[in-house]
Amino acid sequence: MSEIKKLTSPLTQADVRSLKAGDQVSLTGVIYTARDIAHKRLCKAIDSGCELPFELEGAIIYFCGPTPARPGRVIGAAGPTTSSRMDAFSPKLIANGLKAMLGKGYRGAEVREALKKYGAVHFSTIGGAGALLSRYITSAEVIAYEDLGAEAVRKLKVVDFPAVVAYDAQGRSVYSS
Amino acid sequence: MRYIKFEKIAQIVESLCVSAGYELPDDVLAALKEAQRKETNPGAAKILNQLIENARIAKEDKIPLCQDTGLAVVFVEQGSVVAVKPPELDTICLMPDTRGSGDENRASRIEHRETLFDAINAGVAAGCEKGFLRKSVVADPLNKRENTGSNTPAIIHHSIVPGDKLKITIIAKGGGCENKSQFRMFKPTAEREEIIDWIVDVVRTAGADACPPFVVGVGIGGDFEISCLLSKKALCRNLAARNEDGFYAELEADLLSAINALGLGPQGLGGDTTALACLVETAPCHIASLPVAVNIECHSHRHKSAVL
Repeated sequence: MSEIKKLTSPLTQADVRSLKAGDQVSLTGVIYTARDIAHKRLCKAIDSGCELPFELEGAIIYFCGPTPARPGRVIGAAGPTTSSRMDAFSPKLIANGLKAMLGKGYRGAEVREALKKYGAVHFSTIGGAGALLSRYITSAEVIAYEDLGAEAVRKLKVVDFPAVVAYDAQGRSVYSS
Repeated sequence: MRYIKFEKIAQIVESLCVSAGYELPDDVLAALKEAQRKETNPGAAKILNQLIENARIAKEDKIPLCQDTGLAVVFVEQGSVVAVKPPELDTICLMPDTRGSGDENRASRIEHRETLFDAINAGVAAGCEKGFLRKSVVADPLNKRENTGSNTPAIIHHSIVPGDKLKITIIAKGGGCENKSQFRMFKPTAEREEIIDWIVDVVRTAGADACPPFVVGVGIGGDFEISCLLSKKALCRNLAARNEDGFYAELEADLLSAINALGLGPQGLGGDTTALACLVETAPCHIASLPVAVNIECHSHRHKSAVL
């Protein structure tokens, strides 16, 4: 097994450029959850010049809709959802400063192109292991679109959250074609 | 006629939903452990270990196995001499409005909330709330897409069978894998190999997006909708049990070998384990038709049954 690269958010251009598809990484710091409808709203906000609920520059978006936390717990199960459903929206967010996404599965050609053009990466983490992954989350707070319930935007603090670089900024992928 | 109380049915459904959320069934855990033991790709073996560890944490710490605690797909077999004893009025008032309309008058609500389906939905809603499961259902699919807030209505498949029992099977079905399921109408002259090739291609297309290693449900025959239903119903079977018909048992084995030969592996990152099982169910069909459906199920294959 190769060495695990430790990364801290927000990510810099240098962080992103140093990563290769297949690299094992651990993420520490703030990441933001957003799924389908939240992506639609974020893109609409950009189009209409509205302020976004969080700073996109250097940010990591986690495609995740967690289960409710039991009393006294930070969060419930919190694994990734299918990344490709966000393909129509991710390029716009990348063009506006997003540096990384965290999900599961494949990304389309437009996203891969945007990763190269603007310098960003896509991480994959273990799908269907929401109990295990919840252990790396130390705090969770809904910061926008509360009406969406599980799909609201949450600010998560994570420590050593495990992932692999699935698509890097040079156009490489961990998935065999 | 044997009467089973509405509340009893709701309570059993509630407990099935909660245990589905937190406890990976024994057959699935055994299949994961067997796959981990046989896996020759070290990275893949590590991921399989993490999935086994995830199941342990979920059960011990009461954190759902996956954040997608699923749409409740319920197969209910009602004995021909079993009936539901309607609920007391107080119970009715506690039940969720699964029809998305808040302005129905009370009389019509009562009228509609005493059936077996109502009892199942009441149990699903209670399980979601008490089990801290995710509310993953929207009332309108295209227009408003507002969350129903109760994870209901459930998808309910009902059949009448001989006897005086009520069997309820719940599959907590995730959206990511369901999205990759497919249907195809073959020519009745199609060869076995042609069908295998297509099913393998459906699995290839599902790929990393749908959380491999999969359980692959296949429905062959019936008509358009029955083949799809069979592909889902196949997922109710114990993973270690083969089709009772030798021809289809062999087809299951050949499909599993062909699927695992893809090398997709756990999480799509390569390995010997692309599927844990392939389960085929069949039905008679029209002379002009050969419908085939594939239901893709993720490794977090949460199926639970109870007999009342």
